[in-house]
Amino acid sequence: MSEMAMYTKDLSVYYGEKQAIKKVSMDFAAREVIALIGPSGCGKSTFLRSLNRMNDVIAGARVEGEIWINGRNINAPDTDVVRLRQNIGMVWQKPNPFHKSIYENIAFGPRYHGIRDKRKLDEIVESCLRKTALWDEVKDRLKGSALALSGGQQQRLCIARSLTVQPSILLMDEPASALDPVSTAKIEELIAELKKEYCIVIVTHNMYQAARVSDKTGFFLMGDLVEYDDTQKIFTNPSQRSTDDYISGRFG
Amino acid sequence: MSAKTADRIALSVIIAVAGIIMLVLAALLGYLLYRGLSHVSWHFLTSVPQPFRKGGGIGPQLFNSLFLLVLTMIITIPLGIGAGIYMSEYAKPNRLTNFIRLVVEVLSSFPSIVVGLFGLLVFVNLFHLKYSLAAGALALTVFNLPLMVRVTEQALRSVPQSQKEAGLALGLSRWKTIRSIMLPMAFPAIMTGTILAAGRVFGEAAALLFTAGMTTPRLDFTDWNPFHSTSPLNPFRPAETLAVHIWKINAEGRAPDAPEIAAGASAVLIIIVLLFNFGARALGRAIYRKFTATK
Repeated sequence: MSEMAMYTKDLSVYYGEKQAIKKVSMDFAAREVIALIGPSGCGKSTFLRSLNRMNDVIAGARVEGEIWINGRNINAPDTDVVRLRQNIGMVWQKPNPFHKSIYENIAFGPRYHGIRDKRKLDEIVESCLRKTALWDEVKDRLKGSALALSGGQQQRLCIARSLTVQPSILLMDEPASALDPVSTAKIEELIAELKKEYCIVIVTHNMYQAARVSDKTGFFLMGDLVEYDDTQKIFTNPSQRSTDDYISGRFG
Repeated sequence: MSAKTADRIALSVIIAVAGIIMLVLAALLGYLLYRGLSHVSWHFLTSVPQPFRKGGGIGPQLFNSLFLLVLTMIITIPLGIGAGIYMSEYAKPNRLTNFIRLVVEVLSSFPSIVVGLFGLLVFVNLFHLKYSLAAGALALTVFNLPLMVRVTEQALRSVPQSQKEAGLALGLSRWKTIRSIMLPMAFPAIMTGTILAAGRVFGEAAALLFTAGMTTPRLDFTDWNPFHSTSPLNPFRPAETLAVHIWKINAEGRAPDAPEIAAGASAVLIIIVLLFNFGARALGRAIYRKFTATK
């Protein structure tokens, strides 16, 4: 059994009265890509957002159950959410670079966390941009606005930004669904590359993408985790009827 | 009627309405400037008013207006932005918050003469500030706070949720996210609100009649110690502003050239408000560009 990065135990999320996630227990191995699939509204994004306590900022959302990272239940009330989030990077569906320069997008987090040395910051900027294969494209205009980049470049910048606080886990919420095929391919290559260092949890609507990039796949339906297994098995020989129906396109 | 015709009619009506507004504005500005500018000179801008003779100026009033503007904004901006941040980011969506919001709305539609009376009762009498710049600035703060609060709240709300989440996900504290990610993006809207508030301060007369007063003591423009009673910078002296002065000489001016002085002062008032608008906008754009690295 490989090294564990994180696991959840009986995790439930409520929006007001509605239970969006129903007692999901799931484990995530280090240096693996885990895809979460399922029809719209099945709760996969909600589940992802609860892993770094991002549901805290949504009024009326309530999370029950446990999320264990590094031997600590991060859902416990005494968790320092700000510290926790440095351990977990997040990437959203729509690229959301800060309205600042490219350099500043990357340097902002590390500087806030105490790195003042200009040379050290330069190094972080270069290494994070190299990891996301963006360095050669932007190295001549680091001081330019991040908003001037193309959508695909912006998304890679956001991934680079999420790496700056040196997380062990990356959460990606449909990171390629707003991008063109070429940019999508680049993001997928990137995921395969980043897998060597990080545990990556990716929500995707695109089943081919799930099959291409992930090691394990979890299928969500109406807030339940219906099936969670090796991607290979999910896509060739699922054990649940509804999984088979979904991946073969009979609904959803 | 075909969709195309309907479209064309709607468009021409809209253009006509916009044109009328432009025309009214241009006529108003043109008329006031035409009547007033011929009377504006360096002497007019710098000399003291003459109650009974020709040739009085508006120097002290002009200074009072500017100084009162600065005093008011020093109080209004921190309070307004602070309350706006609270309302948008920290207040829980409950009855109390809704009530506060209602109070802010009501306050913003208060007639300014009522604000002036409130200032007279509370600041002038109760706090013993007498007729003074300080009392005037506080009354105008009451008058302007709702605007600042609402503008700040709405500006922060219009920052996309995704920007806020991006900040939080990087492990920034909530305050750091608000200060360094959201406020810079909300800055142009807050700046516009501040300009509006400042314009109201500059043009306000009713709220100042019983607070800042209708007289100006003899000022010694060589004495800049704010604790001296004849110093222009003393915040506890009475101060007639330009708008109040216009009202006064129109109502009870005894000087033979009172109508010309009123016209000239009006032109000056309008020009300053315009200058202030353009200047603040340019400044706002420059700061926004610096924050966001946009061209």
